[in-house]
Amino acid sequence: MYTEEVMKQFMHPKNMGEIKNADGIGKAGNFICGDIMWIFIKVEKNKKEEVILKDIKFKTLGCAAAIATSSMITELAKGETLEGALKITKQDVANALGGLPPIKIHCSVLAADALSEAVYDYLSKNDLPISRELVKTHERIGKELETTEKKA
Amino acid sequence: MKRIYLDHAATTSVDPVVVEAMLNHFTKKFGNASSIHQFGQEAKVALENSREIIAKKINADSKEIVFTSGGTESNNLALKGVAFANRNKGKHIITSRIEHECILNSCKWLEKQGFEVTRLPVDQYGFVRLEDLEKAIRKDTILVSVIHANNEVGTIEPIEKIGKICKEHDVHFHTDACQSFTKVPLDVKKRNLDLVTINSHKIYGPMGVGALYIKEGVKIETWQHGGGHEKDIRSGTENVPGIVGFAKAVEIAKEHDIQRMAKLRDVLIKGVLEEIPNTKLNGHPTMRLCNNANFSFKYIEGESLVLRLDARGIACSTGSACSSHTLGPSHVLLSIGLTPEDAHSSLRITVGKGNTEEEMEYTINTLREEIKNLRKISPFGD
Ligand code: FES
Repeated sequence: MYTEEVMKQFMHPKNMGEIKNADGIGKAGNFICGDIMWIFIKVEKNKKEEVILKDIKFKTLGCAAAIATSSMITELAKGETLEGALKITKQDVANALGGLPPIKIHCSVLAADALSEAVYDYLSKNDLPISRELVKTHERIGKELETTEKKA
Repeated sequence: MKRIYLDHAATTSVDPVVVEAMLNHFTKKFGNASSIHQFGQEAKVALENSREIIAKKINADSKEIVFTSGGTESNNLALKGVAFANRNKGKHIITSRIEHECILNSCKWLEKQGFEVTRLPVDQYGFVRLEDLEKAIRKDTILVSVIHANNEVGTIEPIEKIGKICKEHDVHFHTDACQSFTKVPLDVKKRNLDLVTINSHKIYGPMGVGALYIKEGVKIETWQHGGGHEKDIRSGTENVPGIVGFAKAVEIAKEHDIQRMAKLRDVLIKGVLEEIPNTKLNGHPTMRLCNNANFSFKYIEGESLVLRLDARGIACSTGSACSSHTLGPSHVLLSIGLTPEDAHSSLRITVGKGNTEEEMEYTINTLREEIKNLRKISPFGD
């Protein structure tokens, strides 16, 4: 049911754990399956003075697909600029994993959501401008997480 | 890598003795039991012998056994068949909230046809409460269907008492005994049973064979129309090799195997509860199937655990969300009062007669390690 890449990332997840004093923390949850994902980011400026994700880690309570997508999104996002990180879609994550079973596509949404939440957290903590789109995403995720945690 | 199979509630292997008994009926005595020539008659004899063996096991008469393609078909036949045949008497059916999907979905379908269904709640162990049943029975109740032993948590229901209540109220009583057959003694007369579903592939027989016990005199509507096989209750050429295998599986089911499985189950339960923190056993501590252990492990998710165990050679299953078809947690675990979180973190281990104590030790150790690994990944676990 899962691709080899999913199983690889699930069995040996990359970037697993927490970042102490993270610059941003993102949390997302799926209220249907009850899974929860946390993403931690540490940022720094590159030579071009762009803010990039220097480090990224995750913690996930969820199915194999949820763990594999967490691992994969951290791999895809590491070293990216904030804009670049926000552009990573669930499709990118699923593609990098060689595909996901249809019923598990929402697990990849979780990963993209948690990452955008981490970026949102960083931006808001530092009083930096936040795009309208990101605010909207943030509101949606917040609602979903609330429902998930209530259910759990 | 050594592979350990601990998913016997899903299906068992076919016992070599059963395979041996079936072989002749594929290649030599392969006739159609409805044919009048010798090939056909040989098959007919085998069919009727098998019916006899199976009937005897539940203290029924052989003419009360109808062969089907398995548990799902038997359950469908029992519910829909009795409902439609007794429409003039009433339209109310009672079942429990912890039935197998084929019962629950048959009930849903019957509701669409105008029947009314009451689904009894269960207590924390998974027992149907008799007072709830008493209260639910109405004048127009025609059928009560309560599972004999639950497929997920293994709880054995008080079917003798349920049967008594049904008899007092003159209501038909059906039980789905797919998980319990040959593991828990079942005497249809003593238990006041009118219909019983049993099948073969949970007891070391082949897949695709089952039976429905229908007490003489119970009115039942047929669902499969055809050439009038099985007393016109279930048409279709009988699967003779499968049925012979089913009967052989019944014949070789022995008390010492049950004791052996119960012992392994207890080793497992004790080891897991003692060695893995934040763990809980689901179902009743003692009134459970000899082969069933069902746990919830806090802070992890069932599918992840099943896959990690599989990678280490251990096959078991989860009643959790993320298992293939649906994402919602198991209706059984929610019905016994588990939080969705605990239901998501469940693992069902069902032992078989071929498992060993050594395998239980390996399983406990592997569980401990993999749960630790998954809890490290979990936001709440470490
Ligand atoms: S995140 Fe829930 S099923 Fe995968």
